[in-house]
Amino acid sequence: MAKIRVPTPLRAYTDGASDIEVAGSTVGEALGNLVEQHPDLRVHLFQDDDLRSFVNIFIGDEDIRFMQGLDTEIDAADSLRIIPSIAGGRRTQ
Amino acid sequence: MNVQLSMELQGKIFEQMEASYPNEGGGFLLGEAQGGAIAIVDIIEVENTFAEEEQHHRYAMRPQDWMRLEDEADERGLSLIGYYHSHPDSPAIPSEYDREHALPNFVYVITAVMMAKATDMQVWQLRPDRSAFDNGTLSIT
Repeated sequence: MAKIRVPTPLRAYTDGASDIEVAGSTVGEALGNLVEQHPDLRVHLFQDDDLRSFVNIFIGDEDIRFMQGLDTEIDAADSLRIIPSIAGGRRTQ
Repeated sequence: MNVQLSMELQGKIFEQMEASYPNEGGGFLLGEAQGGAIAIVDIIEVENTFAEEEQHHRYAMRPQDWMRLEDEADERGLSLIGYYHSHPDSPAIPSEYDREHALPNFVYVITAVMMAKATDMQVWQLRPDRSAFDNGTLSIT
């Protein structure tokens, strides 16, 4: 099974586990399986059915946005990683 | 949430934030969390990658920086426990933009920099339902 590495702040919703084995043949299916296993992750990864804008998914060093997005095919040897894009800013006048 | 930060590290953050003025600056916080107590052990400056003309009110870092520093924290037996950034000429209060891009269980340290001088530091944490930030207690040791 493929694995997904969960970012440190969200490990509170995976009982502290950093790497979760997931079923699925695409990135979208793997993420769907991840949130089935750990439902509290969903609100932080998805807005409706879309990935939140600050949530990046990498396969190795490749961002899936530059591949086929959630339709990117994966196999059992793949290691995926969820990486938040940290951003901030003051109130706009 | 109670966050402990040494006077030395607070001084380093203030120095960096003042040097970044009038733009926003930031970086990651490495440390240890136990229950509601969080100890910041190290800070790591990270380049602001937002478009230069927007850096006076926006801060962003590359996903690759997160990847690199999360691995470094794991190797050092620490955790990537939060990030810090500045609000130039604005209070140390999270904006709606901050909330939309935030994660729970992560410490947000915001420094107000008024006229190039760091004047206030506040710590915040996003509620699990993403509705708002709660203000934590900052202990300077």
